[in-house]
Amino acid sequence: MADAPASKRERPLSPHIQVYKPQMTSVLSILHRATGVALAVGTLMVAWWLIAAATGPESYAIAQEFAETPFGTLMIFGWSVALFYHMSNGVRHMFWDLGYLFKIQNAYKAGYLVLLSTVLLTGGAWFCALNYTGDEAAPAISDRLVEAVIEEGTE
Amino acid sequence: MKLKWDDNGIKSPLARARGLGSAKEGSDHWMKQRITAIANLPLMIWFVYSVVDLRGSSHAEFTSWLAEPLNAILAILMIISVFYHAVLGSQVIVEDYIHSEWFKTLKLIGTKLFFFGLAVACIFSILKIAL
Repeated sequence: MADAPASKRERPLSPHIQVYKPQMTSVLSILHRATGVALAVGTLMVAWWLIAAATGPESYAIAQEFAETPFGTLMIFGWSVALFYHMSNGVRHMFWDLGYLFKIQNAYKAGYLVLLSTVLLTGGAWFCALNYTGDEAAPAISDRLVEAVIEEGTE
Repeated sequence: MKLKWDDNGIKSPLARARGLGSAKEGSDHWMKQRITAIANLPLMIWFVYSVVDLRGSSHAEFTSWLAEPLNAILAILMIISVFYHAVLGSQVIVEDYIHSEWFKTLKLIGTKLFFFGLAVACIFSILKIAL
């Protein structure tokens, strides 16, 4: 290796993330980035929905049908979790930007608050989506989910 | 963004140096990310509320909802703010993880063009339905 050009030589690396025990603060930080990527990809779904609606009732129906398949619903569910997490943790970031929550125990407390808020917001949104309804669509979605689970079980 | 008077001596050396790091744009990116984040907060709450409210609606119901000026305006604002925020975020991730200079440049240009194209498609769709 000694005679390889300097730019090609294997350079020693400092210990990196693999030597650290995952900590709540670091895991939440990585999750913020991961959910950000997921949400950026999720904009495709919003774009599809809008373009389909602008194109006409047929393409709108295809998008609507996809959203109501178990896979589509699961995607929307995952997207909603990512959104509420990124949103809650984004507020935590804003507190940091303003100079608050820098004490370790406060950063942790706020982190648990972010997780709690993610669960509550996601649960709340889906509870509303599945229960409060001005039409017959909501029970249909939950019924379809139950049916899908039963189908999976019997296959 | 680089303005045409940045380099031609209108600014004093101190003004040029102040707040500008090695990226030559100071806190510009950082500040835009925060501003779009603040804008995203109410817009996304409105968006989630709307999606929950609109679930299962027919094409006619959806388009007449989006044709209401307030909804169309909020939808366009949401698209602009969210896509801008997504571009800024993607840029940071590409810069952090891709170290090959030409591939990084390609990815940066690609992400920007992609999100710009997607945003234009969304806004055009909203306007087509609303107008």
